[in-house]
Amino acid sequence: MSTDTGRRDSRALWREVKKNRALLYLIAPGILYFVIFHYLPIYGLSFAFVDYAPKYGQGVVANYLTSPWIGFTHFVDFFTGPKFFPLLRNTVVLGFYSVLFEFPAAILFAVCLYEVHNLFYRKFAQTISFLPHFISTVSVVAMMVMLFSPSDGYVNWLLSSIGIEPIYFMAEPGWFRPLYVGSGIWAGIGWGAIVYLAAMYGIPTSLYESAAIDGATRLQNIVRITLPSILPTIMILLILRVGTFINVGVEKILLMYNPLTYEVADVIGTYVYRRGIVKFDYSFATAVGLFNSVVNLLLLVVANYTARKVSDESLW
Amino acid sequence: MVVDRSLSSRAVGLAVHAVIVVVLITTIFPVLNILSNSVSETYHIIAGHVSFFPVGFSLRHYSILFMDPMIPRSFLNSVLITLLGTAVNLAFTVTMAYPLAKRRLPFRRSFMVLIVVTMFFSGGLIPRFMVVRALGMYDSFLALTVPIAISAFNLIVMRTFFKQVPEELEESAFLEGAKETTVLVRIVMPLAKAGVATIALFYAVSHWNAFFDAMIYLYDTRKYPMQLVLRDIVMRTEMARLSFLQDQYGRNDLMEQEAVAIQGIKYGLIAITMLPMLMLYPFIQRYFVKGVMIGSLKD
Repeated sequence: MSTDTGRRDSRALWREVKKNRALLYLIAPGILYFVIFHYLPIYGLSFAFVDYAPKYGQGVVANYLTSPWIGFTHFVDFFTGPKFFPLLRNTVVLGFYSVLFEFPAAILFAVCLYEVHNLFYRKFAQTISFLPHFISTVSVVAMMVMLFSPSDGYVNWLLSSIGIEPIYFMAEPGWFRPLYVGSGIWAGIGWGAIVYLAAMYGIPTSLYESAAIDGATRLQNIVRITLPSILPTIMILLILRVGTFINVGVEKILLMYNPLTYEVADVIGTYVYRRGIVKFDYSFATAVGLFNSVVNLLLLVVANYTARKVSDESLW
Repeated sequence: MVVDRSLSSRAVGLAVHAVIVVVLITTIFPVLNILSNSVSETYHIIAGHVSFFPVGFSLRHYSILFMDPMIPRSFLNSVLITLLGTAVNLAFTVTMAYPLAKRRLPFRRSFMVLIVVTMFFSGGLIPRFMVVRALGMYDSFLALTVPIAISAFNLIVMRTFFKQVPEELEESAFLEGAKETTVLVRIVMPLAKAGVATIALFYAVSHWNAFFDAMIYLYDTRKYPMQLVLRDIVMRTEMARLSFLQDQYGRNDLMEQEAVAIQGIKYGLIAITMLPMLMLYPFIQRYFVKGVMIGSLKD
């Protein structure tokens, strides 16, 4: 490109900017918001490379500027520390189980709703299934605590009526993962089905009509028509899910776990919270959080790449 | 559609209904159990008699709850945070979504990239916490509202609604000399009313149900929202009991160590926290369904 057209381009752009400056004024607060609350924290990841020590009477910025640069020391400490392996294992296992059970549950429920031909019944069932989406994580966990209480929770009452000793579910490491995944399915199955159901409504009925002529059974219809037709939707959601699977529900775990279940429940995210927010170990916690974000991003890229190779469906 | 009446088809039909019925019962049961327990008599709660419906009827737990000043205050805090938060959300999201919906916006693609990047990569908990602290928002409702002023998802939903408003309507207003803000407020927003309502509800429900930001940013317990008080009363007493038991007794002494009336109070507190949403959701869920479909479309 010659300098002449370059200058003309920039002049044309300037005219555009001037003509539409009202739009730019309107968008300015939003841009400012993203810069301050999203990009400044990304810059703040450099906390991970300094030895940040809060000094009394000094602000965050002044503290940061006077902190010594220590490179990858925090990362080395984390990777070689005793916590690294259990945290990584717990995070991966919980994330994996969530994808493995929660993801197909929503698809299965959507297929079932789609197979219901009574419209009123379908709408009713769907509306009820949305209910947990409006209940807070705190309430969900509080309900679990009450329902599974060893003394007066309904579940243990049922168990004792068939002669089983009460189980203290919330304190038993062996029950943590089933409860985490189970409550995840409970909270998400109806909501998760919406997108699949919408995709199913887009399937032309002519497909089912010609299948009926060929004598296809109902199960064949589901397996050969319904599921393949929504495969693109499934793939996109699966990429997103796999790409973020290491971001396990930190908020829910923080509410659910206790020292008795740490051995299976403590994940990278909860560790970041305890080290950073509770113990003020900001630099170290930032380093651990950065590790989490980078792994997360890598997983997303890999999931996207794989999906594009296998099925031509991808996010980008 | 031709209806297939073979045996295998009926088996599929049966399985379908079984799945739906199981899902519905498991969805409703815990909620009903909590609500029923909260209005049952203390004796029946402790004995574990309550399943779907209340046993005996008593509002005692609620009256105890409301005598404690903490509960009405935190309820009010939640209402305030929700109102303030949603107002901030709407102001920021609408003013940003409108220009983004316009092809004539300079640097439009760059702005979109700026936004989409944040959906996949973030600074994480600690850097965000430090930014909020550095801005002096610690221990105020500002920390619970301004740092989450725009959700990228809701922004894209709002933008889609704005895109559906026919440009000709705006053109004629501009010809008559109207300003951009006038067009937005007088013409575009009334036509995208459903969109504004949708994102307002999305934001309001998430504010009501949030607890994490309040937990990390609020120091003064008198500013606590409902969710945090609920956590402290249900989960903290549970944990206190746990460590107490660990220190003093074996597991088998659990039964004897139960605090009595507190159980009913906990049920009541969960109920109060859930009820506003439970009563609202049948009326607002269709907005949510529409919003989530618009947001999940690729464009």
